[in-house]
Amino acid sequence: MRGHLILRVVSKLLIPFLLLFALYVQFHGDFGPGGGFQAGVIVAAAFVLYALIFGLREMQRIIPPAALEVAVPLGVLIYAGVGVLTWFLGGNFLDYGMLDSHDPSHGQHLGILLVEAGVLLTVASTMLLIFYTFAGRGR
Amino acid sequence: MLIDQFPAIVVGVPLVAAALCAIVRNETACWLIALAVAFLSFVGSATMLGQIQEYGVALSYEMGGWAPPAGIELRVDLLSGYLLVLVSLIATAVLIYGRQSVRVEIKESIRGWYYTMYLLCMCGLLGIVITGDAFNAFVFMEISSLSMYTLIALGKDRRALAAAYQYLIMGTIGATMYVIGVGLLFTITGTLNLVDMADRLAPLLDTPAAIAGMAFVVVGLSLKIALFPLHLWLPNAYAFAPSAVTAFLAATATKVSIYLLMRFIYSVFGFGFAIEQTPIPEVVMVLSIAAIFAGSFSAIFQENIKRMLAYSSVAQIGYITLGIALANATGLTGSLVHIFNHAVMKGALFMLVGGIALQIGTVRLSDMAGVGKAMPLTMFGFVLGGFSMLGVPGTVGFVSKWYLAIGALENGWWWVVALLMLSSLLVLAYMGRVIEVAFFRERPEGAPPISEAPKSMLMTAWVFILACIYLGFDTSFTVGVAQQAVDVLMGGAQ
Repeated sequence: MRGHLILRVVSKLLIPFLLLFALYVQFHGDFGPGGGFQAGVIVAAAFVLYALIFGLREMQRIIPPAALEVAVPLGVLIYAGVGVLTWFLGGNFLDYGMLDSHDPSHGQHLGILLVEAGVLLTVASTMLLIFYTFAGRGR
Repeated sequence: MLIDQFPAIVVGVPLVAAALCAIVRNETACWLIALAVAFLSFVGSATMLGQIQEYGVALSYEMGGWAPPAGIELRVDLLSGYLLVLVSLIATAVLIYGRQSVRVEIKESIRGWYYTMYLLCMCGLLGIVITGDAFNAFVFMEISSLSMYTLIALGKDRRALAAAYQYLIMGTIGATMYVIGVGLLFTITGTLNLVDMADRLAPLLDTPAAIAGMAFVVVGLSLKIALFPLHLWLPNAYAFAPSAVTAFLAATATKVSIYLLMRFIYSVFGFGFAIEQTPIPEVVMVLSIAAIFAGSFSAIFQENIKRMLAYSSVAQIGYITLGIALANATGLTGSLVHIFNHAVMKGALFMLVGGIALQIGTVRLSDMAGVGKAMPLTMFGFVLGGFSMLGVPGTVGFVSKWYLAIGALENGWWWVVALLMLSSLLVLAYMGRVIEVAFFRERPEGAPPISEAPKSMLMTAWVFILACIYLGFDTSFTVGVAQQAVDVLMGGAQ
């Protein structure tokens, strides 16, 4: 895309802030509205904006579809892996309290952080993969 | 103790394995992972069922260490243990059976995804049965349904896509109605835990919200069950899905929804309300009998054998729900026994048909002329399976129909018994057609020579056929567990 100077400059300016806002929503999930799902959608929106302005091919050069196909199950694996870890630490499935041997409430924080990271990864890559699939049709 | 973790292992490990398969995506590795995990779930389920039978106490598991009713509870009692064993057993068997047919029917590049979806579906079905939480059941229902739509769409025939889409629309409507119902119940009870909901609902049963909630839940689940006249998604889904998927779907998916319906009618709303004070038994009975006859009649006129067996499933589901409508211990026992028996015999029949499809390339009745001579073991198994569907004494079909008939007589509904007999004649008509074509017609001149299906397929199918006969004589497992499970259901939510 050669022309559309304003769109290119503005979107380049916006994308870092979109990603930062996604991280804010992600880490705010502990205390208020927010979390991995919402943050994942915002991350995907930032990439979709990039693809709209600079083209699908340019976007897929940065994140190839094959990488996304691995990222989707990887997020689930991070989530379920935390559950498996708590099993090995002697607790019930997803009992985050087990993650910190001194203070269960620290364990809860850590568990939510990890699990939400998995959710973010899966949701963002699923959204982007759906976009790739639709945008890539008829090529 | 390790057994305390079994409820979470049974559903948690398939989920982890599904994600693993999606990353590995190598066919053999995925198959081995899936087989190991399915077998592990089976061993876990069987151990839990044995434990519950021995000590008579339901297993309760606090997910994430949060105690119910606030936290999500996994709860295994006799009824759910029985269904867990059924689902994991079928899942394991279909994996052994399906290896060969998957290689023929599904493109190499997506076979890894096939096993991912298979494991997710298994995880969802086991989850619906094991969870003690109404909303969690919905989540698992979505997991199993979404993966099931994908599995159906993998069928070779392009009509599989349309069938999967039709199932998606109908299944989503069903799930939405279920969740609306659960939402209404949640607003008046403030809890999602099934046991807790049953307690809190008891004084509120007469309120409009409770009755509306019940109606939504019952209708939504009836869609998932494919209870006549909400069965329209089923024949195409069964007919165009890959053979292995059909065998798995037919033996498990509808059964699990029937389980959830039984839970709601008997445990949550309770016998005293749902059965005695609402028209549920009458409505379900009329629909069950309509299902038995409409399903069987439609089966007679099918040209595609998988479609024929699918319509026969609509009829067999009618037998199961008839037991719910009879609303006495004997009828309900018949219904629970038939859940297991129908899974075994219909699973076996679909497996055999899958073998035929693999060898002759189609499932049209007209192409099956003379198959009996070329594939004697397959067709002999089909005849035995047919006997079982018919309810010949000495097969599982007889056992379940016997209990249903006695249950009907206990209510003084002799005409239901007469209709049951009459419906068996219809089974004879549609199964007889296949047998006539396969055995008494010559294979057309110039047709390519065919042989028996691969050993792994034939053996798995035959294990189930032999089980049809064995469980027809030794009913201590099916009827034994079913009777104890009925006590749990009739006695309320424990």
